Amino acid sequence: MAEIPILDIQGVGKTYTLGDARIEALRDANLTVKKGEFVCLIGASGCGKSTLLRIVAGFEQPSAGKALMWGKPIEGPAPDRGMVFQDYGLFPWLTVRENIAFGPASRGRPKAEVRDTVERFIALIGLSRFADAHPHQLSGGMKQRVAIARVLANDAEVVLMDEPFGALDAMTRERLQDELLDLWQRTGLTVLFVTHSIEEAIFLSDRVVVMEPGPGRIASAERITLARPRDVASPEFNEVRRELGTRLHSHHGKKAA
Amino acid sequence: MSDATLSAPVAVTPATGAVRFMRRAKPVLLSLIVPLALLLFWHLAVKAGMTRLIPSPAAVAEYMVDFAIGGIWDDAFSATLHLHLLASASRVYGGFLLAALVAVPLGLLIGRVELVRQLLDPFLQLMRPIPVTAWLPLSMILFGLGSTSAFFLVFLGAFYPILLNTIFGVKNVEPRLFEAASMLGCRGNAQFFKVVLPAALPSIFTGLRLGLGLAWFVIVVGEMTGVPQGLGAVIMDGRTLSRTELVICGMIVIGIAGFVSDRVVVMLMNRLLRWSPSHRG
Repeated sequence: MAEIPILDIQGVGKTYTLGDARIEALRDANLTVKKGEFVCLIGASGCGKSTLLRIVAGFEQPSAGKALMWGKPIEGPAPDRGMVFQDYGLFPWLTVRENIAFGPASRGRPKAEVRDTVERFIALIGLSRFADAHPHQLSGGMKQRVAIARVLANDAEVVLMDEPFGALDAMTRERLQDELLDLWQRTGLTVLFVTHSIEEAIFLSDRVVVMEPGPGRIASAERITLARPRDVASPEFNEVRRELGTRLHSHHGKKAA
Repeated sequence: MSDATLSAPVAVTPATGAVRFMRRAKPVLLSLIVPLALLLFWHLAVKAGMTRLIPSPAAVAEYMVDFAIGGIWDDAFSATLHLHLLASASRVYGGFLLAALVAVPLGLLIGRVELVRQLLDPFLQLMRPIPVTAWLPLSMILFGLGSTSAFFLVFLGAFYPILLNTIFGVKNVEPRLFEAASMLGCRGNAQFFKVVLPAALPSIFTGLRLGLGLAWFVIVVGEMTGVPQGLGAVIMDGRTLSRTELVICGMIVIGIAGFVSDRVVVMLMNRLLRWSPSHRG
């Protein structure tokens, strides 16, 4: 245990007050993520997976416990933890190029360096022809590529993804999954990925963390040892899918009121 | 219904020059029908003697030419159009620019800083329903007879739409964009210029457009304050002198000037807001 994990979630809970009501969104979550790991959070709505992700992002403060990055408490949003939203969150008034440059420029990087970084990432996501287009001119898949490039160009060590492909059609989703894995393998990124698709979780991750609602909590974690690249049609894949599916539904069945 | 209809080849006729011309001219022709019909009705009504008090379109047109370049009647108003237009335009644009200079920063502050909102919002909401016409007497007491009063009234007319739309724009910035900016390293006050201002720009422009329209709208009231020149003054003089053709000429010039200045704002808006597909005038 000498090695410090990149992310360390220790007994994290989150309670919201809504008028007189107190809503416990997350209770006693424990999770460590090693550098370079691809971890998926999966569960039904209300299981606190997005809350956990937003705590790691620094958008929310935990009501209990500690969220650490490299052993230091997470105090707010910062470029080392880049977030990819389901609704993209691109700046509509900026072009693709300017959206990707936003982070490095905000952090006061030299102009020449920003320009080089931006061009590199535009080429990487294959949008050179659309570099001067505005977000409203792009398809959903293109927008999400820009959103990913935007956090990578800003030197994010951890990429947090909140159902990033949930709004895309099936074909685009599969392509982006492949592209994301390719990027991850080439860059040694750490990815924390929220999804409600069992297949997506197994296809992408080293480890699947199953969460359950009422109150939201981590139920179990499963290491996926299938060799990459994974074939969603293989019997081994289906074996894992069935097992994980049973577990997810059994949690669902004994869901507390 | 039947498969035959669905699979039938669609005849695609290449657009010839005449077809293209008609396609482009159609909206213009359509928009001319109602004004031309009204003009015809006006002409016939005068000719049939339905009114003795209103001059015919031809008489107004003749007077308009005299008003613009002179040489027909050669009275006190001949060839003075440019002077009155210039006087009115300077008040409209002066009052409008001053309103924009005050209302935009104030709106940004009210929308963004809670303390400023609590300090000013109730007061401004209370003042807002008071119409510009109601301000006229007080304005004449405060600023005397003359162009300062006109200027002030135009300012008041343009002020509220700019202010309210700016506040609306600032308050309705997508919360997601603040999250995106802060996780990219743009936090605190830096977000004001990099997120709030560009995101509020479409609303600010809507406010400016409405404000400029209202500035032309109130210019007649503004120039009732006893200024010697201006389109509003021309209309008031025309009424006093029972020169109805002069009144109508003044109205037409204000309409055209307001229309042209609105088009300029819309063109500017389309250029600056190319990124916003929903914001095309």
